Amino acid sequence: MIRELHRQLLARECTATELVHRYFATIEEKEKDILAYLTLLKEEALLEAKEVDEKIARGEAIDLLAGIPGAVKDNILMKGIRATSGSKILDNYIAPYDATAVARLKQVHVPILGKTNMDEFALGSSTEKSAYQVTKNPHDLKRVPGGTSGGSAAAVASNMTVFALGSDTGGSIRQPASFCGVVGLKPTYGRVSRYGLMASASSLDQIGVLANTVEDVAIVLSRIAGHDSLDATSAESGYGKEYEDYLGDDVTGKVIGFPKEYFSDKLDPRIRELCERAEAVFVSLGMTVKEITLPHSAYALPAYYIIQPCEASSNLARYDGIRYGLSVNDEKNEPGQSLGTLLETYLDTRRVGLGDEVKRRIMLGTYSLSAGYYDAYYVKAQKVRSLIKSDFEKAFEEVDCIFSPTTPEPAFLIGTKTYDPLTMYLSDIYTVTANLAGVPAISFPIGTVEEEKKLLPFGGQLLGKWFDEETLLSIAHAYENKAKENEGENK
Amino acid sequence: MLSSDEVKHIALLGRIGLRESEIPKYQKDLSEVFDFFRTLETLPTDTLVPISHITGRADVMREDVSASYDGQAQVLENAPATKDNFFKVRSVF
Repeated sequence: MIRELHRQLLARECTATELVHRYFATIEEKEKDILAYLTLLKEEALLEAKEVDEKIARGEAIDLLAGIPGAVKDNILMKGIRATSGSKILDNYIAPYDATAVARLKQVHVPILGKTNMDEFALGSSTEKSAYQVTKNPHDLKRVPGGTSGGSAAAVASNMTVFALGSDTGGSIRQPASFCGVVGLKPTYGRVSRYGLMASASSLDQIGVLANTVEDVAIVLSRIAGHDSLDATSAESGYGKEYEDYLGDDVTGKVIGFPKEYFSDKLDPRIRELCERAEAVFVSLGMTVKEITLPHSAYALPAYYIIQPCEASSNLARYDGIRYGLSVNDEKNEPGQSLGTLLETYLDTRRVGLGDEVKRRIMLGTYSLSAGYYDAYYVKAQKVRSLIKSDFEKAFEEVDCIFSPTTPEPAFLIGTKTYDPLTMYLSDIYTVTANLAGVPAISFPIGTVEEEKKLLPFGGQLLGKWFDEETLLSIAHAYENKAKENEGENK
Repeated sequence: MLSSDEVKHIALLGRIGLRESEIPKYQKDLSEVFDFFRTLETLPTDTLVPISHITGRADVMREDVSASYDGQAQVLENAPATKDNFFKVRSVF
């Protein structure tokens, strides 16, 4: 899609300004039902588009992504623009600087249409935990779009943007991509700078891309990836790699592992069938499919739900009513009120400003890190993490990548899991391992599942070797083309 | 199940104010999740080295050069209370 729009811009079949207007027309039509955006930036986007149009008029070369409308998840900072991270505690927070990923999009003149909705501080799996609004799944408005990058996924799926940035701590790009029928990539930990991404769990968080095609994801990744001295964990290699150039690569002979632990008897038979059909496509593309084992898979989810809250509880300590946004009983908000102690400010501000899931994770993390429990929970989970990592190292000795369903079920109904946190956590079962091991993973549509007479999209997930996004993208791209071809034949 | 005092203690450590009426819900929710963590108990891990991240990198250094930052006003603008270009903090006691 990006390549076609780029062609139209160069051929002067449309202008970047018209493109922005076109996407805002869709937003005006659909946003009232979907509620994907928290902030819209029409004026800013039009200014950026105008610059692109002027460049084209002057005959200057423009980047492939120039003038192509994008959206940014609300936990990624854009200078001068409100960034709430879906939380009331940051209701009035104006970002003082650009995240590196955003700066790189601006460098190639991407008009950014708005900031997308998300679960508060990227804690959740449905976008129902946003303190502002519940984003709806474009395929069935009664259902969740997934989360936490639910606004980004729903905006892409309903053509309210060409692509969107998201962040993925335990599946927050891939699970909504699966639920909304779009492509979502979580790059290798360290591939994209986290500078300007509000920290949820620092050793697991990674910025990535959601779009309608694998090629679009690759094009955006090329522009945001690479070393950044402002993020000490960003990898030193890979800057300037053009991921879209790998997409035509021959995938014949590649070996895809199917972990037996991911295809247990408990798997929904409809999903098993979709995975078997995907397997047949891989084979028809000349790839080899092999059963493998990731023996510690069952321990990944509990380990994740210890490590994630531990890191989050520490990161979220900064929202204390002193440096950002909301402060209960402060002089600005309630003049003349008697001032409490510092501790009272902390307690009251966080009681009022944070949602229930955020409080739950802070308490889980605080408890797991407290004296007497630290070894039994946190250290234990970190040891399990090393086992998960070595499972992958061993598996990648035999295979090029690993396939699984992205989620155990398609998009669920709004309100069905919010009262039981553990059930919500279980929807991350296939996605958290990639974050614990730090490997890249992509979710792409592999078919539909029928629920209450509605066809809901469903995603398959490919996990790859560290810093080998190109293999994931080339296989997912080949799959996408083959699936399109097969669809054509069946018509 | 966690007692109500335990929940209050954890909440205080995490600097979260809770209303009395919210405590039973957190007792139940947190206890369920801690029970779920028990899955790990059966797994022998004594000989393993814990890892806190996967990059394997340590002590990432940069040149010791200063750079000016022009965003101070914007940073302070976000704070609820400031004085003389500082964050204003209430008395500790």
